[in-house]
Amino acid sequence: MDFRDSETVLGPQSADLLPASATTAVKIVIVGGFGVGKTTLVGSVSEIRPLTTEETMTQAGAGIDDTAGVELKTATTVAMDFGRISIGDELVLYVFGTPGQERFWFLWNGLFEGALGAVVLVDTRRLEVSFDVIGRLEDRGVPFVVAANTFPESPSYPLDELRAALDLPDEVPIVQCDARTRESSRDVLMALMRHLYNLSAPPGR
Amino acid sequence: MSAADQDWDEGNPERLYVITRGRRALAERTTFDLVTLVVSRAEPTPTMQPEHAAILRICGSPLSVAEISAYLRLPMSVVTVLLADLLAEERIEARAPVPKAILPDRALLEAVMHGLQRL
Ligand SMILES: Nc1nc2c(ncn2[C@@H]2O[C@H](COP(=O)(O)OP(=O)(O)OP(=O)(O)O)[C@@H](O)[C@H]2O)c(=O)[nH]1
Ligand SMILES: [Mg+2]
Repeated sequence: MDFRDSETVLGPQSADLLPASATTAVKIVIVGGFGVGKTTLVGSVSEIRPLTTEETMTQAGAGIDDTAGVELKTATTVAMDFGRISIGDELVLYVFGTPGQERFWFLWNGLFEGALGAVVLVDTRRLEVSFDVIGRLEDRGVPFVVAANTFPESPSYPLDELRAALDLPDEVPIVQCDARTRESSRDVLMALMRHLYNLSAPPGR
Repeated sequence: MSAADQDWDEGNPERLYVITRGRRALAERTTFDLVTLVVSRAEPTPTMQPEHAAILRICGSPLSVAEISAYLRLPMSVVTVLLADLLAEERIEARAPVPKAILPDRALLEAVMHGLQRL
């Protein structure tokens, strides 16, 4: 993009403007392996056309290359899709999709800081990435639910078999979804919110 | 190129270096979250750095830092430096997200569930 003229930057279309009263934003994160349907799910629930933000890898010791002092020369950027749902006049929910592979974990600090929780999106044909993601979320104390995206070619396992395969504790909800539909994707977010709500139950109930 | 490699992009480091004048976003990272909402409090001026002017122009209504990054096509690390400049000059207002808590407030969760139900 040519920045000599700031007019070349296109902002949001008028239909996408938030009201001036929007004061508080919260976020949740959809994390999963390559091609599991993260972008599709974000697009299904978002009120705006999904946008893409990028983050440069400047974290030292990220294990890719030793770039001390010259990190800008070798900066690597990773794209993250996100969408938006207005909850009311004041509250806005943002939904970020992020790749689950270990080499993208440097993104997680800014992403999970202050996030309500996460959805681990899995494809039953390729569960490997999910193991690492689930372990990592548990380590970080991020509450999450698991959603199995339904592809026609995926073998459909009963959810309890999938739970066993993922070695998922009983208290972590697992749901089936079709990321292409708004309703199903919305239900995934609802499952996460209900889980968070249960976790926040006052002690001594 | 394997499919997964599409996520990687070399970007243009020199350009980004010029925009931030070589500054790094360390302190700023703590001020601006991806979902901090930014609203302009001043008009862009002709002498302003174009990136600053662009931010003031698109933030007439609240926009999250992530949205600003998307519209400007600049990485978060660069956008947060630019926003810190504008905040220091009181040209923008930054509405911080809900503070990090061990677990979110039940009233907040209820509001989100209610909103999702209507989707
Ligand atoms: N049948 C079916 N196809 C889906 C579903 N969700 C996504 N797809 C398709 O699967 C492909 C990958 O979906 P994406 O949403 O791009 O997946 P992603 O996780 O964002 O992928 P990357 O960002 O590239 O890692 C696309 O062609 C989608 O149309 C689903 O629920 N069912
Ligand atoms: Mg994607």
